[in-house]
Amino acid sequence: MAEKDPAKEKRKIKSVKKMKDIMTNYYIDAKMAEQNGKKVAWITSGGPVEPLIAMDVIPIYPENHGAMIGASKMGIDLCQKAEVMGYSSDLCSYARSDISCATVNGGPIGGLPKPDMLVCCNNICGTVLKWYEVQARYFNVPLFILDTPFCHTQFLPEARKYVHRQIEEYIVFLENACKKKMDHDRMKEVGRLSVEGQRLWQAVLDTAMNKPAPLSAFDAFFHLALIVTLRGTKQAVDYYEGLLAEMRERIADNIGAVENEKYRLLWDNLPVWYRTKWLSDKFAAADTCLVADTYTSAWCGTLKYIDENNFIESMAEAYTRIYLNIGVDEMARDVVSMIDKYSADGLVMHSNRSCKPYSFGQLDIQRIVREKRGLPSLMIEADMVDERFFSESQIETRIDAFMEVVKERKSCTR
Amino acid sequence: MYTVGIDIGSITAKAALLQDGRLISTNLIFTGYNSATAGKKVFSELLLAAGMNDTSGIKVVSTGYGRSSVDFADKAITEITCHAAGAYFLNEKIRFIIDIGGQDSKAILLDEKGKVKNFVMNDKCAAGTGRFLEVMARALEINLDDFGALSLDAQNPAQISSLCTVFAESEVISLISKGVARENIIAGIHESIGSRIVALAARTGLTTPLMVTGGVAKNVGLLGALEKALGFKPDVSKYAQLTGAIGAAVLANKL
Ligand code: SF4
Repeated sequence: MAEKDPAKEKRKIKSVKKMKDIMTNYYIDAKMAEQNGKKVAWITSGGPVEPLIAMDVIPIYPENHGAMIGASKMGIDLCQKAEVMGYSSDLCSYARSDISCATVNGGPIGGLPKPDMLVCCNNICGTVLKWYEVQARYFNVPLFILDTPFCHTQFLPEARKYVHRQIEEYIVFLENACKKKMDHDRMKEVGRLSVEGQRLWQAVLDTAMNKPAPLSAFDAFFHLALIVTLRGTKQAVDYYEGLLAEMRERIADNIGAVENEKYRLLWDNLPVWYRTKWLSDKFAAADTCLVADTYTSAWCGTLKYIDENNFIESMAEAYTRIYLNIGVDEMARDVVSMIDKYSADGLVMHSNRSCKPYSFGQLDIQRIVREKRGLPSLMIEADMVDERFFSESQIETRIDAFMEVVKERKSCTR
Repeated sequence: MYTVGIDIGSITAKAALLQDGRLISTNLIFTGYNSATAGKKVFSELLLAAGMNDTSGIKVVSTGYGRSSVDFADKAITEITCHAAGAYFLNEKIRFIIDIGGQDSKAILLDEKGKVKNFVMNDKCAAGTGRFLEVMARALEINLDDFGALSLDAQNPAQISSLCTVFAESEVISLISKGVARENIIAGIHESIGSRIVALAARTGLTTPLMVTGGVAKNVGLLGALEKALGFKPDVSKYAQLTGAIGAAVLANKL
């Protein structure tokens, strides 16, 4: 075997192993849930997980599973299976691969543990509604739908009341499904841990403000898993404390995610799961670090609306005003402020064929960024799981040309 | 000093030779199956025509889809940057470029120094590219080179509304079966490409003077459609198809 490059070894994030172990154990626990008398709920990525944790229900995220399917390059096969079942190739590839995977127990971990209930929150998209209805019929389990009105420009008091009332219903739904009462003290504690976890995750992402950034968006895509799946647990808090300490150490030792960071870019939309390495190598070869992204920051983006002493009450607002449930103007404001915060030299947008709510306003956001900050931006067309929508040579040319522009501009302004 | 730019596109391979920044020779061949061989051939023919047999000291920049297959090039630069340099070389006043290539169309905004300020390429679909025209020519059983001249006879351009090449092809086939005159169909095809590209350009901050580059600029019908969609006459150089290669040679001068 070839000698390991010491500089490369030094750049590797050590917490990766711990994360892998935690995720492996998490899935083993979930698969053994029935034997251990535990209940499993499938929940959408933007859904309120805290009440599940408080009720000792194991939350499972088909979207996280979808990301694993994509990363292990099993997307085409499962998507095609769904198409054979009659689903359109225009349907989100997370939905397609989950729906077909459930029928064959395929994918990287031999399928997800069977759900006892489903929790669907439409704050991320409308697709999840039909997707979860399909799965509720298939598994013949109860489905709870949390309807969060879209916030075009503001969050109205009526919306607050409407969502809050549903959260109360959600708790009743869980109490019925679990045949036990919610322990409200426990719920408070979970809420507190959730806030703490989100703060830590934000702090981890914020370390990328440093030059060089100790972690890239590609690292964030990986380390995101816990704040999504185990938000509200002590385990997530402990993990991110460790990760934050490691990032601070890297800053102190001047270790960057990219060897020779000269250019910094912001990424928008979901990762291209089956090409994260290719993309990260491609940018790193151009001395470029993708320092932040709108995707992983969505899991701490609504901290400002949460009152940790009144978690259940403030949840309504926090879960309704997430990045995918707000108007394009507000999204653009978020993007511009991230560009400033992380001193980005440009913006890379993944126009994701699967995710319409994420991709819909991108041209406007691109224009607003150009007008407000005069920065170049690049649009890459692909799909997060379905590799058939990825064209390597086309994307390569676009990235190369974009980097020529970024370099030229930076050399002019120096 | 001699510099050479080699542009390996999906359909044709182009080369340009500059001596101290002056254009002295160009060459164009079909790329064919092997782009590495095409790169060697277009280069050796270019030098032969210029009566040069010593290649030492010549700086070479490659561009286009096959840019990385030109292993003897000193550097590979994308066609975006090369088209900008080429257009600026041909006319320093140019601030905007529309390039319709075999598999890509591009809209490029330049600054006063001829540097790329912003660019957009077509989305993944082949509609609005040279390939789209090829598919349509095949459906109509007409030689692509005759497309431009034929469309000038159109009285009443047909409406082609599909954005997808495959759907547009079936639209064309149904127009043929309805007996629509083929010059009207061709003109309709040109207009559909024209409006698509101008929409792309508008996203990039369309401005003037505007130059159309790439092989498709030889198609008078398409130029007419572009003029109609733009609302003004674009600039076209006789070296339109060679712009990328010329730009590559210009950039080689700065290596
Ligand atoms: S459409 Fe987008 S938000 Fe909805 S499930 Fe798919 S990836 Fe998630």
